Amino acid sequence: MRATYTLDSNLESIDKAEVAARAIALEAGFRREDSDYISLAVHEAAANAVLHGNQCDPSKHIAVRIEAAPETLTVSVRDEGEGLDASAIPDPLAPGNLLKESGRGIFLIRSLMDEVRFHNLNPGTEIIMIKHLR
Amino acid sequence: MKMSTRQADGVTIVDLNGPITLEDGSPVLRETVQRLIGQGEKRLLLNLAAVQFIDTSGIGELISAFTSMRDQGGELKLLNLTKKVHDLIRITKLYAVFDIRDDEAAAIQAFSKSA
Repeated sequence: MRATYTLDSNLESIDKAEVAARAIALEAGFRREDSDYISLAVHEAAANAVLHGNQCDPSKHIAVRIEAAPETLTVSVRDEGEGLDASAIPDPLAPGNLLKESGRGIFLIRSLMDEVRFHNLNPGTEIIMIKHLR
Repeated sequence: MKMSTRQADGVTIVDLNGPITLEDGSPVLRETVQRLIGQGEKRLLLNLAAVQFIDTSGIGELISAFTSMRDQGGELKLLNLTKKVHDLIRITKLYAVFDIRDDEAAAIQAFSKSA
């Protein structure tokens, strides 16, 4: 089962990506709790793509691909931005960062999904998130 | 996101109903807290019993509310977190920041009388 979406760089697209991911995860047999976590991770990835990658530029789009294989769900979110160095993102759990209002998105994605990888597309960034069926 | 406020024993209780996310809830929460601070409120209890979904933007708004109250010499506590919100607070280690309660009467009593 596979679905692909090309979405505008706006807040509505974040919701669309999240809803699609939850629906496909449930259909693929993931428990409701895991489907909710998958959809939250996709929500965060889509938000990053729209806000930070594409800067809400209406001329840019995000591409979301959701693929359900036996035992695995893989979600890819691509933007058309300047690129991202995920290793340079500060640790939100560091004592000096706990009260910061932002900077938790990627950390949360890594906590909710089983595997997370970043690719620089030049231009743009792709995040690939994988969840294994338990 | 719908929000209503009520008073109990010198504490302002904000009952939130709906998601607290980038596109829904976060802006409303920010406005409400800023308004209450502007009105001189020093004891704020956010009732999250009807908040089923929160993203990192929503977490950021809770932190902003907490630090804004603290900087004004006030206190903010969280009440009745749903499981999903509990999970996010746990994952992000914000149990070290927020005073989280599951009983309204006890939460109200826990506010400092000097604030």
